[in-house]
Amino acid sequence: MTETLTGAQITVRLLERQGIRTLAGIPGGAILPIYDALGQSSLIHHVLARHEQGAGFMAQGMARVSGQPAVCLASSGPGATNLLTAIADAKLDSIPLVAITGQVPKAMIGTDAFQEVDTYGLSIPITKHNFLVSSAEELLEVIPRAFAIAASGRPGPVLIDIPKDVQMQAIEITHWPAPGERQPAPAADAWALSEASGMINAAKRPILYLGGGVVHAGASGLAVKLAEKAGLPTVMTLMALGAMPVDHPLSLGMLGMHAARYTNLALDECDLLIAVGARFDDRATGKVAAFCPQARIIHIDIDPAELDKIKTAHIGITADVQESLNRLLPAVATNARSDWRQRVDSLKAEHPFLMPDVDKPLSHFGLIRTVAACLDDEAVIATDVGQHQMWVAQAYPLRRPRQWLTSGGLGTMGFGVPAAIGAALAEPQRTVVCFTGDGSILMNIQELVTAAEEKVNLKIVLMDNATLGLVHQQQTLFYGERLFASQFKASPDFIKVAQGFGIAAVDLDHATNPCAALIEAISRPGPCLIHASIDAEQKVYPMVPPGAANRDMIGA
Amino acid sequence: MNATNHQEHQTLSRAVLEIDVNNHAGVMSHVVGLFSRRAYNVDGILCLPLGDSGQSRIWLLVNEDQRLPQMIKQVEKLEDVTGIRRHNADHAVFQNLENFFRV
Repeated sequence: MTETLTGAQITVRLLERQGIRTLAGIPGGAILPIYDALGQSSLIHHVLARHEQGAGFMAQGMARVSGQPAVCLASSGPGATNLLTAIADAKLDSIPLVAITGQVPKAMIGTDAFQEVDTYGLSIPITKHNFLVSSAEELLEVIPRAFAIAASGRPGPVLIDIPKDVQMQAIEITHWPAPGERQPAPAADAWALSEASGMINAAKRPILYLGGGVVHAGASGLAVKLAEKAGLPTVMTLMALGAMPVDHPLSLGMLGMHAARYTNLALDECDLLIAVGARFDDRATGKVAAFCPQARIIHIDIDPAELDKIKTAHIGITADVQESLNRLLPAVATNARSDWRQRVDSLKAEHPFLMPDVDKPLSHFGLIRTVAACLDDEAVIATDVGQHQMWVAQAYPLRRPRQWLTSGGLGTMGFGVPAAIGAALAEPQRTVVCFTGDGSILMNIQELVTAAEEKVNLKIVLMDNATLGLVHQQQTLFYGERLFASQFKASPDFIKVAQGFGIAAVDLDHATNPCAALIEAISRPGPCLIHASIDAEQKVYPMVPPGAANRDMIGA
Repeated sequence: MNATNHQEHQTLSRAVLEIDVNNHAGVMSHVVGLFSRRAYNVDGILCLPLGDSGQSRIWLLVNEDQRLPQMIKQVEKLEDVTGIRRHNADHAVFQNLENFFRV
């Protein structure tokens, strides 16, 4: 059947055909034809964000919990520039995102037209790929391809910039393209896999090092199986938390700058590092020359450019992590590796991770653990960026892949609330908790009203120390205690702010029984802000000072 | 450094990259942007379409430093790049252009 449709209608139809049922955005002049068509869609629920960055992070939240590409929309000019931070964040954490922006009509491009900005040029370095669409016909190729690119290989954001006249151009459609899907990666090299299994079998002190790629590949279960079969103590990057339950006997938790001491010390002693879907980020490695100095390295990653980028691998395998682990598993010998496990256990006993005041529900660790005690593994845990993020990474018992949403690579304050809203929209059956700080929440506070409007089941735990905590910490430790621009002289009344935005709020500072108030707030459906004041002098410890080797941690 | 040594130094420290790309506006930005955002200097650029194939070929003259293998991998990842080959700096492509580059 032949239909005559506009570029805008084609765009919406292609999104429907991709299986998109929820997306977030903000309309404006240059994207109004698409919004007009979207308003006619009975399949897609549009979530009206209050800032385009919020829309971008909502889409990220949907993509992070589902593993599927999610969509955000913005108009030209400031709409597009507001989206950029969320896109860059998705690039660094390899999150599949399709961002669609309106653009001024083709004939006006390059004239400094109203709300014109070079969205294509601006987005080149922060997208996996981007398109400036020049005709309605092109949409039929570009949109499915954008989804395929976002989801294939190492996932990432793709931007599609659509001029207004292309949105309004009507063409005849006789045939719809297949939805864009994840393309399989080339198979792992058999020789390299067999070398790798030989190295694992021969190693005396191996460590398995899991990165976010393990979660993206859906390979967490396989990674745990490999660790169990070969007796591999396992460290995780910030992005991989949840891949192996943190209370698994082989788990050494997070490595790097804010790892437990025993984790970094075990890495210091290992003779084989098996890096899987990890990219040797500076926060994970510390001083690279001193990272795992005795270790040979096996590096498995779907992105060939990650191999040998920071550390030269003895065996580098460019392949899908799931496929590689599937094939590696039968070749790896069962090995309890008692000596090495005992050594790791003794490091754990000598250099344990301490959580001071964890029994006090209003201390930083106490609050996190009390929240955890109110929830099961079905909950989604999001964070913003700062001290609270590191404390949650250290102390929350994450036990499930895709349970954990955090801005790792870009470290974007303001990520938490909108990403958590996105997660709650994508998986409404779950309770979503967002740990945030008083610095971070203000960077996308406007999305509280979106949370109210969408009635998402979101609990925001605001750890308020009236400072920019990590800045305060660095100034205290490394800048001669010259505190500058890190302490807020005025703070909003967050309870009134939340209530003003239309969501429930609880102040644990004034609760007669903070634990009971917390349980009550978490179990009540719908959005709620839970405020707790914490001590500004608390530091994220232990810590690798900037530029130091991971073995040289300070504090606690 | 005498002239001969200078010549040798030049030969050793440069490379020529031959990159096949899909021919549309923006491809050059994608390729060159990978270098500029890493403060990796590109000394020479040539680009022409390959007949009516919808493809173009970009030739880059670049300094050869330890980042070059990583740069080549990054170029290979671009969606519109269909192939990349590395040549020595004595490759003929830039050699006969001197007449156009006199001060």
